[in-house]
Amino acid sequence: MQHTLSVLVENKPGVLARVAELFARRGFNIESLAVGTTDRPDISRMTIVVDVADKSFEQVRKQLHKLINIIEITDLEPQRAVERELMLIKIKVKKESRSEVIEVVDIFRGKIIDVSKDSIIVEVTGSSEKLRAFEDLVRQYGIKELARTGRVALSRG
Amino acid sequence: MRLTGAKAIVKSLEDEGVEVIFGIPGGVVLPIYDALYDSKIRNILTRHEQGAIHAADGYARATGKVGVCIATSGPGATNLVTGIANAHMDSVPIVAFTGQVATNMIGTDAFQEADTTGITLPIVKHNYLVKKASDLPDVIQEAFYIARTGRPGPVLIDVPVDVSRGELDYQRKETPRLPGYRPTYKGHKRQITEAARLILRSERPVLFVGGGVINSDASAEVKKLAVDNHLPVTHTLMGKGAFPETHRYSLGMLGMHGTRYANYAMCEADLIIGVGVRFDDRITGKLSEFATGAKVIHIDIDPAEIGKNVGVDIPIVGDAKAVLKELIQTVDALRKEENSPDLRPWHKLIYDWKKKYPLNYQLEGKLKPQYIVEKLYQITRGKAIICTEVGQNQMWASQYYKCDYPRRFISSGGLGTMGFGLPASLGAQVGKPKDLVIDIAGDGSVQMTSQELATAVIEKLPIKIFILNNGYLGMVRQWQQLFYNRRYSGSCLKREVSPDFVKLAEAYGLKGIRVTDLDQVEPAINEALSHRGAVLVDFQVEEEENVYPMVAPGAPLYDMIGDILYPVEKIHPEKAEEPFL
Ligand SMILES: Cc1ncc(C[n+]2csc(CCOP(=O)(O)OP(=O)(O)O)c2C)c(N)n1
Ligand SMILES: [Mg+2]
Repeated sequence: MQHTLSVLVENKPGVLARVAELFARRGFNIESLAVGTTDRPDISRMTIVVDVADKSFEQVRKQLHKLINIIEITDLEPQRAVERELMLIKIKVKKESRSEVIEVVDIFRGKIIDVSKDSIIVEVTGSSEKLRAFEDLVRQYGIKELARTGRVALSRG
Repeated sequence: MRLTGAKAIVKSLEDEGVEVIFGIPGGVVLPIYDALYDSKIRNILTRHEQGAIHAADGYARATGKVGVCIATSGPGATNLVTGIANAHMDSVPIVAFTGQVATNMIGTDAFQEADTTGITLPIVKHNYLVKKASDLPDVIQEAFYIARTGRPGPVLIDVPVDVSRGELDYQRKETPRLPGYRPTYKGHKRQITEAARLILRSERPVLFVGGGVINSDASAEVKKLAVDNHLPVTHTLMGKGAFPETHRYSLGMLGMHGTRYANYAMCEADLIIGVGVRFDDRITGKLSEFATGAKVIHIDIDPAEIGKNVGVDIPIVGDAKAVLKELIQTVDALRKEENSPDLRPWHKLIYDWKKKYPLNYQLEGKLKPQYIVEKLYQITRGKAIICTEVGQNQMWASQYYKCDYPRRFISSGGLGTMGFGLPASLGAQVGKPKDLVIDIAGDGSVQMTSQELATAVIEKLPIKIFILNNGYLGMVRQWQQLFYNRRYSGSCLKREVSPDFVKLAEAYGLKGIRVTDLDQVEPAINEALSHRGAVLVDFQVEEEENVYPMVAPGAPLYDMIGDILYPVEKIHPEKAEEPFL
């Protein structure tokens, strides 16, 4: 099962390495990981998405907790959290398909942020499912490159 | 106070109450060694960095204080790795200092550069790469705090040479600021109450204690809980001494080479109360058949240990001592309410097992290693601090040297590090100068760190090294005999060719004694113990003796092989105590 962990960490060198090493050593796979500072410069937030069985998930959580630089771990349940991910996607466009692509971008409330002769770069934000749906739809035109930030999330309320 | 980084390190160590450090100098730690030259801290020069950290480890286990060691960058630091992993597995508080190349050289593959914090990341409780001299006081204070509190463990501090040479204003905080580090000491009240009720209601309880009891200084509480409630007690290798082994409620050690009665008791129990234990695979045997009929209470300071290997009915996160105190009180308070079952049938069953299946061996034939440990136990009346190497020697030591007090049996449990015993015994002797410290060794293991014989002599540490010399990597040979058709591939040490341990001892300035026959054992032990300095005794024992009983790897705990079952009376009966009541 997929879990989204929101982890507050001390903003110190090496913290990311500690987290990554722990996941690798205990044999847990990270689906995505996003890091950035919070409103406090000495504290960063990591949003980690893992796909593990529930028993192993308890282990991940407890092992993470043992890292000295980790301050707080929250398991964000999807119903009680907002989740977003940002994707940049470079789509091939021909004269004939251009307006069709733009229409899809509009439906997904995407933004075109770069235009060239035979491709455009689109920025789309939303849940992972929405991004996947968008990606599936534009695949027929040809995807040249794609980058995703990984999920970030906050609990509601 | 304006100090150099190196002086601040030494000052911090003094402020932490450090009395001794073990280490070897090198280029980038020269500033620290120079500062140590003026300090009262005893500075023990070992002959290998592995020796330094195992000595710090033995010191920590024998005294309960934090062990400190120091090594230079690159090879000095990598030589510490085994010792760090060893301390991590056995939860031993150690602060290890390593030198590092100057900050502006880091990442350039400079001379003797190694990514020490990277290499040690998975095997430390925490580590630091210090970038500024002004960070040193806080970092060192935090390191000691982290090493000794919660579940103890090794902390490494990597200090670039320019940081040691730099300057700072020395100031010490009241308490370290660690927002992400808050170990739980007090157990959950409701869980403790439930545990107490289970204890009062169980018919076949077993108290199962490990190294956590010793770390938390909780053996008095273990004893009280056991005696008040008539709980049979079994211990892990790390838990030896947590409960007096000569007590009639003691079942001895359980697991792969545990006693039959301890393993049977675990299999038949309806309640297992694990305190400061990890339920590791050497203990549980085949996991799916482990204690299938028992409810499990698990008390541990590390929440990640609870439910890791074995399903737990009542988890209690907390310090063993604090939780046991509460538990004892709660059980007492609830005793009147509960109509507790009669435990006599359970104790009778255990008594019968003890009579029927004592630890045993065949004395006939060549000199037997078990006999030597038994004699040693009798002659020292169980009063020595025993360190062990790894392998058969370790298991015989733990089977035949009974231990009644904590911190008096020092052995590499989780990592199983050959070469640990000799340097650990040096550290134990440094910490406990008035005690008799003995390393029960194997001929293979002792050769992994035998250069520390020089340290023993030079530092005047009168340790006694008793080598159970079977000419083999004996435990490996045993497995090859049992599971690989006696194909002794790469396990024969050819003792008749090399080394001559007596000459080796003498070359280093120790007294060396060789024993080949049964009747020499007692005089040799007495001679060794009465000698003022360090002694090495080379006991040339039976080559193909095995450690029994044994639970084969992957087999369930009740399935033990190898020991002699009939007739019990003829072979060295270990007297079973009368049942209680
Ligand atoms: C550093 C290290 N290398 C290898 C092993 C694997 N091993 C476990 S026991 C053992 C044999 C130990 O031989 P010895 O010290 O002579 O003890 P004995 O079993 O003969 O008493 C070996 C090689 C180990 N535990 N540690
Ligand atoms: Mg041997």
